[in-house]
Amino acid sequence: MSESSLRVVWIYPDLLSTYGDRGNVLVVQRRAEQRGLRVERYDVRSDQPVPTAGDIYLIGGGEDRPQRLAGERLRQDPGLHRAVENGAIVFAVCAGYQILGHEFVDDLGQRTPGLGLLDVWSTRGEGARNVGDILADPDPRLGLPPMTGFENHQGVTHLGQGASPLARVRVGGGNGTGNGTEGAWQDTVFGTYLHGPVMARNPAIADLLIKLALDVGALPPVDNTWYDALREERIAAATASVAGEQ
Amino acid sequence: MAGNPGPTGLSAPDAGRDSLPARAKVAVTAGRVAAAVSRRAGRGSGSVIGGKVSLRVDPDLLRTLAEGLDIVLVSATNGKTTTTRLIAEALRAAGPVVSNALGANMPAGITSALAGGKDAQFGVIEVDEKYLNTVADETYPKAVALLNLSRDQLDRAAETRMLAEHWRVGLQGTSAIVVANADDPLVTWAASSCPQVVWVACGQTYREDSYSCPSCGGVLQRPGEDWYCGSCGFRRPQPHWALRGTHAVDPHGGAWPIQLQLPGRANLANATAAAAVAAVFGVHPQVALQRMQEVKAVAGRYDVLPYRGRDLRLLLAKNPAGWLETFTLIDQPPAPVILSVNALSADGTDTSWLWDVDYERLRGHPVMVMGQRKLDLAVRLEVAGVDFRVVDSLEQAVQMAPPGRIEAIANYTAFQALRRDVKN
Repeated sequence: MSESSLRVVWIYPDLLSTYGDRGNVLVVQRRAEQRGLRVERYDVRSDQPVPTAGDIYLIGGGEDRPQRLAGERLRQDPGLHRAVENGAIVFAVCAGYQILGHEFVDDLGQRTPGLGLLDVWSTRGEGARNVGDILADPDPRLGLPPMTGFENHQGVTHLGQGASPLARVRVGGGNGTGNGTEGAWQDTVFGTYLHGPVMARNPAIADLLIKLALDVGALPPVDNTWYDALREERIAAATASVAGEQ
Repeated sequence: MAGNPGPTGLSAPDAGRDSLPARAKVAVTAGRVAAAVSRRAGRGSGSVIGGKVSLRVDPDLLRTLAEGLDIVLVSATNGKTTTTRLIAEALRAAGPVVSNALGANMPAGITSALAGGKDAQFGVIEVDEKYLNTVADETYPKAVALLNLSRDQLDRAAETRMLAEHWRVGLQGTSAIVVANADDPLVTWAASSCPQVVWVACGQTYREDSYSCPSCGGVLQRPGEDWYCGSCGFRRPQPHWALRGTHAVDPHGGAWPIQLQLPGRANLANATAAAAVAAVFGVHPQVALQRMQEVKAVAGRYDVLPYRGRDLRLLLAKNPAGWLETFTLIDQPPAPVILSVNALSADGTDTSWLWDVDYERLRGHPVMVMGQRKLDLAVRLEVAGVDFRVVDSLEQAVQMAPPGRIEAIANYTAFQALRRDVKN
């Protein structure tokens, strides 16, 4: 990539954009532009080929049927695999996260192959749906502050040897495997159950993706006043909800 | 408020219900007593609790009450309260109307409203999307108006496409004439299994939930105002009625001016659908539209109220499609705007939807931000590049607002809170 521009690819907004997923695209774009980068954004519909030359690929969440359709169409398109081979960054949420794994359960109850870009596989949970505020401590190697978000999923995601948990849950369900893990990451590919606009509450994730794409260790500072205020409020709310249950 | 809001509760004497079976009469009376108790306790109109009590005494009461009426059901994600009101006004040209004008749109509230409608000929009923099939089964409607479907409160509501599928299954083979928005692919999918459909081109501003074919999952192509699926051929039906600019065009090509006191494109669309419904009952579009002109505000929405020496227009927006329509009708910049967002259970506890709303459209307006989730809004507006101030109260927001009429836009419980603040 050229030094001054960032190519951001949003995969399948026609299928995987249900819970404000556009927020992640907007936050990455905004924070890159605040650092003086020129952002080229590509919104790729599911009847269009996935470009191979992007820097950051974002995939959102979706309902069960659109998830199946998105999985079918992405499996037939070599674009994302090629991009990852070229070192591109991928960040996926919820249904998109499941699609990145080896396998997920579709709306027809069938086990369906995913893209195998993350060493994870997903099943349908037996218990209650995980809905509510979530708080988790990221893998220390990522240098991220605590992650706050909202989750709304029935799926359970199991991690293989190749993938590391993105975070450890303090409040909420996360991967739903009972061992306190949330999300997964593997080289430049990331997945999380913190749905929708997770970067609105965790702008450090957007910055991490930008740093990885630029291959730099730090970015110029930007004003985080409102992000910080929101984070403080939501972390306190999540903590209080747990204290209230005890 | 202009116009007759119509019977809304159980307070009206039910002399006209002499023909009701004994059990139904007892049920109506029990509900009326319960509603009165609830009202005296300061818990609102009491219509929901009254209806619940009535239905417990006589589970068939809704069916019994609907029997003597020509019923119209109105359902949608947005605009159902307003359209119900417009249809009610139009049908009053043909006879007395009973309607759940205050928006209690589940079976208990509907039962309560119908129980109060003595001597009515028409029952014009707003129905919650999830209850449409249930209420249709009970009331044998003559007409059903389906306006639009889009994402709303996803933390607790059914998936939007599943809702369309649910309607489709429930309405299959209905004897009602279904008046449906041909510009909304999900609504079209829901209505296209019905034997008698009047298609109305109401337009569709928010399209994020209709890029995917509801029939086969293919990608919908949308050239101009047309739409079709490239995979299975499911396509926009030829509309009988259409909104053209500020005119409703009827099936014979007659173009009737729509002159509403209610603002915005969405209400022109609602009026066009309402005129199509009125025509089903023989009310001429010109007469119907003239009567709709009387409607000034609907359950407080669009009301312009004085507050601390300023004029405030109260606008309700509950979901991305609703916000988008609202942005098209507010005064041009630099008109001051107040935004208030809550996330109580009636609003949906998940604020992710804020990112599906094009707040970028507020650039150029001075914006004051309040409500329980003002910080979520602050981040959203920061990213949208909108000039905003975060405030703690309506009073503070109004003090900070530059001159001019203030547009106050809020979601459900935040809207109710604004109304209370303004009236105190």
